[in-house]
Amino acid sequence: MLGEGILKGLAETARNFFGSFVSKERLTTVQFPEERLPQPEAARNFPFLVYDGDDSQAGLRCVACQICEKECPPKCIFIQKSSDKKPDYIGKQQFYPAVFNIDVSVCMSCQICVEVCPFDAIEMDNAFELSTTDRFRGLLWSREQLAKPNSYFHNIHPATAAEVDERLAEAKARAEAKAKPTVAASTTSQPDSQTTTS
Amino acid sequence: MTETMDQIFVLLKHRILAHSPVSVQPIFSAALSAIAILVVFATLFALTTILERKGLGRFQNRYGPNRVGPFGLLQPLADGLKSLTKEDIVPHSADGVVHMLAPIVLVVAAFLGYAVLPLGRNMTAINLDAGLLYFFAASSVVELAIFMAGWSSRNKYSLLGAMRAIAQMISYEVPLILSTITAVMAAGSLSTGAIVESQTGYSGIWPHWFVFTPWGFAGFVLFMIAGIAESNRSPFDLPEGESEIIAGYFVEYSGFKFALFFLGEYIGMFAICGLAITLFLGGWAAPFSFLTWAPSYFWFFAKLLVLIAMLIWVRATLPRLRMDQLMNFAWKFMLPMALINLFAASTWHFTPPGAIRWIVGTILIAVPYLLLGRGLMQSNKLEKRTYRFAD
Repeated sequence: MLGEGILKGLAETARNFFGSFVSKERLTTVQFPEERLPQPEAARNFPFLVYDGDDSQAGLRCVACQICEKECPPKCIFIQKSSDKKPDYIGKQQFYPAVFNIDVSVCMSCQICVEVCPFDAIEMDNAFELSTTDRFRGLLWSREQLAKPNSYFHNIHPATAAEVDERLAEAKARAEAKAKPTVAASTTSQPDSQTTTS
Repeated sequence: MTETMDQIFVLLKHRILAHSPVSVQPIFSAALSAIAILVVFATLFALTTILERKGLGRFQNRYGPNRVGPFGLLQPLADGLKSLTKEDIVPHSADGVVHMLAPIVLVVAAFLGYAVLPLGRNMTAINLDAGLLYFFAASSVVELAIFMAGWSSRNKYSLLGAMRAIAQMISYEVPLILSTITAVMAAGSLSTGAIVESQTGYSGIWPHWFVFTPWGFAGFVLFMIAGIAESNRSPFDLPEGESEIIAGYFVEYSGFKFALFFLGEYIGMFAICGLAITLFLGGWAAPFSFLTWAPSYFWFFAKLLVLIAMLIWVRATLPRLRMDQLMNFAWKFMLPMALINLFAASTWHFTPPGAIRWIVGTILIAVPYLLLGRGLMQSNKLEKRTYRFAD
């Protein structure tokens, strides 16, 4: 009969209308700022610099090799190498970034900096609420703003962080194993090994 | 006491008028009524936008707007401020004067109809003897405004939208007016006040509304369908079909002019609902004889809100029609049914009261409806669409 379908449709929408007041399951909306869904582990938005230990600046893993700066497709990274050196996690003397800036507004979240970093010093963050009222200085993040502890990395990407830690521990063990026989053989050979590796 | 409550606005107006000189009283009286109508219906518009958005949300299992103020109730205020502060862009090649005039003409034309709507007992702004005629004459200016908007924008989408609007509104005006004639026949007057007066009686507790007769019910349904089409609302919102022609005739409007179009559309919708209440739902009359203590204007606005809720419900349910479906529906179904309804109404008048009249009246409407429906469905057989490549 003509109009039957319309009545059925009206009944369906009426069921939705009253149902949405009765059962919470019908309402699929997540009320965003108050309610949040957990982010998937692979979520990424903007890179950050990982540091070990407690001092966010001294503990930076970055050695200012500038590979990420060269590889960055939109060229949003700016690095200035330091003039002096400091020991890294193995104890080796390395440069560190005197200036390390990333422009939030230019970054395209491609993760290439993370892929090319040989020191696992830069990783992707999943924080996405980066808006600011100052669109010039406020969007240019410096070394201090970018530095985040390794524990934070473990928190947001546990699997990747564990993998990275394992790799770093292995490298450290290898370096120690390499250093030990030379120490045992003669104390004078130590500066030699350092020059070859650095 | 109930008598005073019922007539409180009328008494207030008389009190104010008593302080003005006799020579300016007629124009002053009209201005007072106009201001009251403008304020009340503009407020109702603001209320309806938030209710509609929240209601549509619930119909679609969403919350709807709930951020501005408690429960999102200040949303209309935020919307209004937003549209006021937006840039008003007039296209370079548009006809500036007509482009600016169109939203004003639309709002004025939409408001004109309220002059003859009885909002309560003795609460008609101007009680014309041919009120219904005036209403349709005034509301047909809306078509002019829409075509002005579409043509002056110099945009193919607005012109397409305007052409659709003209085709649709003229087609649906025929069944709209034909369906009202039944009520005019029953009341024996074109005056909206007289039409309401003829429905104010009660048999026991049941009211004498025209909608409770076979021809009245059919007339009401036809009137509402044609009225939805006339006010360009979903499912008849082809003139502004977002998915096809962006926003139709007001695609080139921004800022406050856009808000005026929005206002005009809703005001027109309230006017059509108000007329449906006047003609078929007993105007300001209470639904039961034991409820007559409540003020008459309360019943009018209660009925108006119910009809608006119904329109929101329909909007949430039905998808937009196609242009050929729209025209087929108007000329092959609405028009014949309106004419048959006219015949049924006249038969009702010339049959003595009793069961016979009810049976004859029902058969005269139900049988053509079923036959017409079956015929239209058969000629329009739906087949399962087969795709050669997309599957």
